[in-house]
Amino acid sequence: MTVRALVRISVFCTLLAGYLTGWMALAGALTPAAAMDIKVGILRIDYPVLVPISRYDRKPDDLGFAGGKLGDEDNQTTGSFLGQTYSTVTVATPPENAEAATRKLAEEGIKYLVVLGHGEDVLRVADAAGPDVLVFNASAPDNILRDTECRANLFHVAPSRAMLADAVAQFLVWKKWNRWFLIEGSHPADKKLGEAYRRSAAKFGAKIVDDRVFEDTGGSRRADSGYVLVQRQIPVFTQGAADHDVIVAADESDVFALYLPFHAWDPRPVAGSAGLRPVSFHAAHEAWGATQFQRRFEKLAGRYMQSEDYNTWLALRVIGEAVTRTGSADPKVLRAYLLSDAFELAAFKGQKVTFRSWNGQLRQPILLTDSKITVSVSPQEGFLHQRSPLDTLGIDKPESACKAFDS
Amino acid sequence: MNRSALKIFPQRLAVRAVLLAGMTAAGLSMPGAAMANKIFVSNEKGNTVTVIDSDSWEAIGDFPAGNRPRGIGISPDGKHLYVCASDDDTIKVFDAKTHDFLWQLPSGPDPEFFVLSPDGSELFVSNEDDNLVTVVDTAQKTVVSEIPVGVEPEGMAVSPDLKFVVNTSETTNMAHFISMDDYKIKYNVLVDQRPRYARFTNDGTKLFVSSEIGGTVSVINMLGENGPELEAKIGFAVPGVQPEWLQPVGMRITSDNKWLFVALGPANRVAVVDVKSHEVVRYILVGQRVWHLEFTPDEKYLITTNGNSNDVTVIDVADQEAIKSIQVGQQPWGVAVAPN
Repeated sequence: MTVRALVRISVFCTLLAGYLTGWMALAGALTPAAAMDIKVGILRIDYPVLVPISRYDRKPDDLGFAGGKLGDEDNQTTGSFLGQTYSTVTVATPPENAEAATRKLAEEGIKYLVVLGHGEDVLRVADAAGPDVLVFNASAPDNILRDTECRANLFHVAPSRAMLADAVAQFLVWKKWNRWFLIEGSHPADKKLGEAYRRSAAKFGAKIVDDRVFEDTGGSRRADSGYVLVQRQIPVFTQGAADHDVIVAADESDVFALYLPFHAWDPRPVAGSAGLRPVSFHAAHEAWGATQFQRRFEKLAGRYMQSEDYNTWLALRVIGEAVTRTGSADPKVLRAYLLSDAFELAAFKGQKVTFRSWNGQLRQPILLTDSKITVSVSPQEGFLHQRSPLDTLGIDKPESACKAFDS
Repeated sequence: MNRSALKIFPQRLAVRAVLLAGMTAAGLSMPGAAMANKIFVSNEKGNTVTVIDSDSWEAIGDFPAGNRPRGIGISPDGKHLYVCASDDDTIKVFDAKTHDFLWQLPSGPDPEFFVLSPDGSELFVSNEDDNLVTVVDTAQKTVVSEIPVGVEPEGMAVSPDLKFVVNTSETTNMAHFISMDDYKIKYNVLVDQRPRYARFTNDGTKLFVSSEIGGTVSVINMLGENGPELEAKIGFAVPGVQPEWLQPVGMRITSDNKWLFVALGPANRVAVVDVKSHEVVRYILVGQRVWHLEFTPDEKYLITTNGNSNDVTVIDVADQEAIKSIQVGQQPWGVAVAPN
């Protein structure tokens, strides 16, 4: 473990804790058991990235951490009534130091670790943390982490690619836009996302009538006259496609999807990585009490909330809620509770969120946004499931190859 | 004040006379409903309060009520209408007769909901962004106390024996029992997800707390050995409605403590619950996203605000039937009824 590995370490020592504990001593609360301190780590793995196509998509320095801070404060306030205190440590690290940083956090006694990073690194972190640490994946969408490569100590607060693609697919099928023109990027993550859309199309009866790969050959996307080239190249690229109702873009790498709306040869809507996008949360969402949640976040962070912040907040609240209800700080007790029918959590998405017992994935509605408003929320009306309509999104129990959650 | 009241009064009489005539013609006459009461509905998105006449059951006007009006209530003497102007961080006070804006009260930031003490001297306000309950002296127009509570406080209720003011916190998921003597929290009771609203039976023996996302109403026994204790949870089920949409919010209990009415939000129904047995006996179909409820003083009628269909539904309490819906402003939230 090198000092260099820990780019930034900070502890949320909120004034709130002390302020609340003072007067709570007077309150005959829920006859709290012995005082309990719950330490949470947030590990963010940072990668070298190019500037995004849109300035709106720049990643703030406190991405994910700010959501974690709000979750920590919420847990502190609730815990103050029960004699429970929370502290949260945040660490940003390059991928090569992720395992070392994880081991250090585990040595410091952290039993709950929220991780933001690529799928393969999240897996390395979960394994390095060891079986006694519960790891919460707050960003990686890889289906494989919920499937053949699942881990008993790895829960997924972030939705999978399968859930995100299913959310879009349900909306398109509800619209009867069943003929898709699928355009995939050339990077591995884009291919995986393209696969997810193929799977969703088959699942819900849509048809991919044409597909193309947009090769990333590098470009001058931010040049002064960039739009001139885009305006000429995208129509040509999309020319002559089979008759389609909608373009579905699979561009996790942020190379081309944002150029498709308006520029495509045929006047068709775009969904997926541009146009109608599936997200776990976005800053314009206001239904189900979300306005007050957004306001609380903005007051704390001085910026709009991004999905990573929501996911981290949610992971913290999952931990806090489980501690509140079980009165325990033991990861084994909490794991069993999270996977049981008793666990439920309000998450500003209009219905309770719960965990899938077969792979540790959080069941949740997916918001569909045009980047200005919430256009719709999936699951869509009419998509039914014997257990919960939420299980129409993502990998269902019978299709899951995950064995780590069999008990 | 007096002068403006005088000016408006004849006009109001005239309006009512016309409405009455129309109503009788339409066969909607309600014999025995001698007393007409003004019904005030806060329109969260429209930034107005709509006024409805309980004789004619027609909207008779509206007035601007600040930005994002939500919680609404009327003083026991019927003189003052209080409205939480959430985005203005204040509570606006209006003359209930003339609808003139009178003054505003300090409320703490982002007031969502409040309850008045029975004598009208104090307001207990939930400030959802700051995890506070603010106590406001309505005569002095000052903040008496700020009480830290759980995350996203919302529901408020005063116990009939004036011992406690209860607050529910939506993210902490507790009912906090705050002593009226020293404004300190004495008890906390965990309830299901997102507790929205709290209501006592008028004998003070039971407190009902609705949990919007949990989909339940918790019944809290106020006579527990060690203070208030959770006694039961009431669940809801409507054929053809996904359980996820059965989200209890506003509540009212008849003064004989027999019937509890529960607004079920996006399920577009009001549940009628037998207070004694906790059994749901009926679901009344109302407008969309039914939010808050209020009785007329004679308890013959119950008015529901329906946020997504921009109307209110009038329920005949004895028959447990919806009898009329009335268009109001944008996104009706709360409702207050003038006393006799």
